[in-house]
Amino acid sequence: MTCAVEVRDVRRVFRTHAGMLAPERVVRAVDGVSFALPAGHVLGIVGESGCGKSTLARMILGLLPISEGEILVDGRSLAAMDRRERARLIQPVFQDPFSSLNPRQRVRDIVALPLAAQGNISGRQQRDQVMEMLARVGISAEIADRLPAQLSGGQRQRVAIARALVLHPRIVVCDEPTSALDVSVQAQILNLLAELRRDLRLTYLFISHNLAVVEHIATEVAVMYLGRFVERAPVDELFRDPRHPYTRALLSSVLTPEPGNGIPDVGLGETYPDPANIPPGCRFHPRCPVALNRCRTQAPDNIVTHGRLTECLLAEGAQGTR
Amino acid sequence: MKHAATSLGALIVFAVLLAAVVAPLVAPHDPFVQDLNQRLVPPEWMDGGSAVHPFGTDQLGRDYLSRLLYGARISMMIGIFTVVTSGLIGITLGVFGGYFGGKIDEVVMFIITCRLSIPLILVALTVVALIGSSLLVVILTLGLLLWERFAVVSRTTTMQVRNLDYIAAAQAAGASRRHILLREVLPNILTPLVVVATLEMALAILLEAALSFLGLGVPPPLPSWGLMIAEGKDYMFFSPWVIMIPGIALFVLVLGINLLGDGLRDLLGAARPT
Repeated sequence: MTCAVEVRDVRRVFRTHAGMLAPERVVRAVDGVSFALPAGHVLGIVGESGCGKSTLARMILGLLPISEGEILVDGRSLAAMDRRERARLIQPVFQDPFSSLNPRQRVRDIVALPLAAQGNISGRQQRDQVMEMLARVGISAEIADRLPAQLSGGQRQRVAIARALVLHPRIVVCDEPTSALDVSVQAQILNLLAELRRDLRLTYLFISHNLAVVEHIATEVAVMYLGRFVERAPVDELFRDPRHPYTRALLSSVLTPEPGNGIPDVGLGETYPDPANIPPGCRFHPRCPVALNRCRTQAPDNIVTHGRLTECLLAEGAQGTR
Repeated sequence: MKHAATSLGALIVFAVLLAAVVAPLVAPHDPFVQDLNQRLVPPEWMDGGSAVHPFGTDQLGRDYLSRLLYGARISMMIGIFTVVTSGLIGITLGVFGGYFGGKIDEVVMFIITCRLSIPLILVALTVVALIGSSLLVVILTLGLLLWERFAVVSRTTTMQVRNLDYIAAAQAAGASRRHILLREVLPNILTPLVVVATLEMALAILLEAALSFLGLGVPPPLPSWGLMIAEGKDYMFFSPWVIMIPGIALFVLVLGINLLGDGLRDLLGAARPT
């Protein structure tokens, strides 16, 4: 069976010069990520800002060239596809619906763009499909003639979802689709995405920094740190039994509703990860609360046991005992 | 108050445009016909003026009101065609540099720097010396030189728009580069460019007047306002209206365009989301 998305040791390096004589800054945004996502599954990717999750999403969408590695979508190389073919397979939903919709276009034209770009769909067919998809995401017909500025945040995100789905793609990359929305609207959008996935048999790549959101929608979760997956596991196992210290820290950082607890101390210290200066050995060791001496020099390999990936030297010895 | 100034500007520009369009219908005389018995007749409201020549006549006895009306055609043509030419050049360069970045942007920046180091009057002098002066030469000279503000403004605004998610969404939707540049980028950078267009139009009209004054602009006997001032300068001590009338017309038109541009900037700026 071919996987919906297969990513093989993908890397992305950004080189920037601060000035003509300044030394080159090399930022390793994504530093060797591999995974295979079967059709119909939802892979949630979590990590703090700057960990490379959006860069990974943009590469999978074909919006950003890959420095090294290979991405297969539906069994075929993404690099070999033309833009129309790629658009039929994979579509994005972005974080901020206030910048993902062209302010100068009406809703119906925004949603029709993927159809129009195919170049072989008649205007009448385009109109019908647009209205059908708008109805499906809960946008009434009279809103189709409005400009984005006349819509609420939730309505805008629904329009963005309609645009992503109007070509009936197989895969949707959701880059933090709810983080810019009001809390009251987040659940609506999440439920809509979950419902559409069931009905249209979609595969999602769901990027978020919000563990609660990921727990709700994902079947599998990958935790990303400084450009690599440090842990990947089925969603219930990851939440029940986190093996990487970073995952444990993320889980304990979730705010609890009980008053008086304050902001939890996750034991990660004050340092901030810098993708321009990745530490030797295990890239997590400067912040790791349980780091050993050998973590400073020895990089952990991907350790895969029972369909789980853990990139930690401690997990090697600990596997099966926890 | 702001609104009144914009309306006044729009009214002036509209009136001059109207005068330019209907000049052949409303002009009381042929602007080229000389009547050497009626030279330097003062305007109607001064001593010795007559209703036959409401704005008087020039040193060759040509009706000044008619020449002024036909002069509006020259000024508006210069203004509009120069802005169209320079806008096409500048916006194309700026959007390409801003959207593609990298090497293309470096080339665009180099071209802009080269343009900024070219002295306009010297180029006009050379062009007139080489091919002679005509209306088309003036339009092309100004149009090929006055694009740098369009380029700079469209480049920076394109760079801001390029990184917005709707551009990425259009790319992911499979849209062609042409569609992205023309339908996604261009409509979203148009607001500041409209303001630049009004500034450039006023500048082009003033430059044409200056060039014509120096004898490098439109050739006589075409009734350009700048040329009218140049031809009248020898008579200004005894017949001051020969330079005052075209001078005031020029001042009012440029003022009107600038008022309109200011108003448009405020109006369009306020209408923009975010």
